[in-house]
Amino acid sequence: MDLAKNSLLYLDGVAVSFDGYKALRGLSMVIEPGEMRAIIGPNGAGKTTMMDVITGKTRPDEGEVLFAGSTDLTQMDEAAIASLGIGRKFQKPTVFESQTVRDNLVLALQGDRGTFATLFHRLTGREATRLDELLETIKLQDRQNELAKNLSHGQKQWLEIGMLLAQEPKLLLVDEPVAGMTDAETMETAHLLRKINETKSVVVVEHDMHFVRELGVKVTVLHEGAVLSEGSIDHVANDPRVIEVYLGR
Amino acid sequence: MITSFLLKGFDRRVTFAVLILAVIAVAVPCFNLYLPQNHPLHVPTYLVQLWGKYAAYAMLAVALDLVWGYCGILSLGHGAFFALGGYAMGMYLMRQIGTRGVYAHPILPDFMVFLNWKELPVTWYGFDWFGYAAFMVMFVPGLLAFVFGWFAFRSRVTGVYLSIITQAMTYALLLAFFRNDMGFGGNNGLTDFKDILGYNIQADTTRAGLFFLTVLAVIVSLILASAIVNSKLGKVLLAIRDAESRTRFIGYRVENFKVFVFTVSACMAGIAGALYVPQVGIINPSEFSPANSIEAVIWVAVGGRGTLVGAVVGAVAVNWGKTWFTGAFPAYWLFALGALFVLVTLFLPKGIIGTLSSLMARRPAPAGTLNPKPAE
Repeated sequence: MDLAKNSLLYLDGVAVSFDGYKALRGLSMVIEPGEMRAIIGPNGAGKTTMMDVITGKTRPDEGEVLFAGSTDLTQMDEAAIASLGIGRKFQKPTVFESQTVRDNLVLALQGDRGTFATLFHRLTGREATRLDELLETIKLQDRQNELAKNLSHGQKQWLEIGMLLAQEPKLLLVDEPVAGMTDAETMETAHLLRKINETKSVVVVEHDMHFVRELGVKVTVLHEGAVLSEGSIDHVANDPRVIEVYLGR
Repeated sequence: MITSFLLKGFDRRVTFAVLILAVIAVAVPCFNLYLPQNHPLHVPTYLVQLWGKYAAYAMLAVALDLVWGYCGILSLGHGAFFALGGYAMGMYLMRQIGTRGVYAHPILPDFMVFLNWKELPVTWYGFDWFGYAAFMVMFVPGLLAFVFGWFAFRSRVTGVYLSIITQAMTYALLLAFFRNDMGFGGNNGLTDFKDILGYNIQADTTRAGLFFLTVLAVIVSLILASAIVNSKLGKVLLAIRDAESRTRFIGYRVENFKVFVFTVSACMAGIAGALYVPQVGIINPSEFSPANSIEAVIWVAVGGRGTLVGAVVGAVAVNWGKTWFTGAFPAYWLFALGALFVLVTLFLPKGIIGTLSSLMARRPAPAGTLNPKPAE
């Protein structure tokens, strides 16, 4: 149980099935505080379902999901889990297209999410400073008053990361951050994630092995809803079971 | 840059609309009451009454635009809230008739005497007092919207499914209000009103006063709705409209925001209905008919969804057209309405106001603009 107590995120024996299809079968994983972890796996390995379980979108049939050693995430909804400090970035960048870059960040800023608190909300000086810092981090100061739909694909990804940071999460779940990015943008993103990891824990789901190698962190390989292999990138790349799964089909 | 310009333009738009409405609210009653009949600017009483009706519709349209334009909730049952507000006002007006009814019963309205009822149903208690009736005008539609929204939004019913159940809601109410034993006058509804707050409901001065109050109510609802959409809550509403699940993952309880805006909108629609009834002199179950709610959606679409001012413009324009058209070709109005909806969707998807404001945005950008690209 010590393993659970000292962990930031603790999954044990998590199983999920949809109409008989077993998306996750006994997935167990531990993320330490301050860690960055890359998760790879072929299509259908259960990566997105795992994210759904952690963020409260899907309720597991079995298993334990604990945050910060004690909070049971399986009993909470998306909004409650988000306010606990778990932020999620989607595979397809979903920013609020018809609003400005700055307003996107205003929406994500940490603060009271109640209906009346938002109705009567006024931006404080501290929040404005925080917004400027975030805009600088994601390099979108010059475009802050433009509609988010006018951004390039890569810029949308960064805006979404900025929105995650604005929530002041303890843990970031990042789903395929470099899909569709140019090489330069990919390198920039790896740099950005490493910088974020200085203060927060990060879980990255990614297909791009080059990018995972660039991150240089511990890797978990998922296959058919369970962990197949875990370790450094070189360790998993030489694991015969991983080679079989990736090359044997 | 573009957005801050648009945002400023939006504020200017509401201010501009409010000024025009304020002038109308004062000028029309004055021209009706104080100018002699033969004066070219004299406004005949029938027009005051007709425009007062348009104003009530405009308020319903603003309420609908608040939920549809800004939160993406396409309600096809907003006419129900309008009608409920109208019934609450109608019940007050019925109780004011007193002994002047055909059967001259001191307490029971005529239709209850006719049905051989002996005492007033509990639902009618208190409606002789205006304050209570005015409260019920907002409370009943608000409560229905709250309860309906609570269940629908909690169960995450969205999109076309939500539209269908709002439609079913108004249809169910239509059928219920048709029944005599509901105690709301059955298919005849409530009518033969005599006076309101002691003023004769037929008098020119009362009509002018009702017109003034209705336009004033449109102004207040425009400002309120605009304040809501310009607040941070307004940004959350847009976020829900554009990417609902994303909004949840940021930590907002989407259902609470939807219930809030749906309830506010229903109260607004209820007040609109209450102002409508004394001006047209009748409320009956046909006000619940699904076609009415759909027509309201068309007003908003024509005027420009998500612009608030467009809702007012659309409601007045379509109803003006309807008055003219039903006079000239009475049998073809529904075809014209359908054609209008198709044409607006095809050629004017942003509606009148939306199209005008994007035309304005396409003008040369002011100096200092970094990216003079149009918003689309």
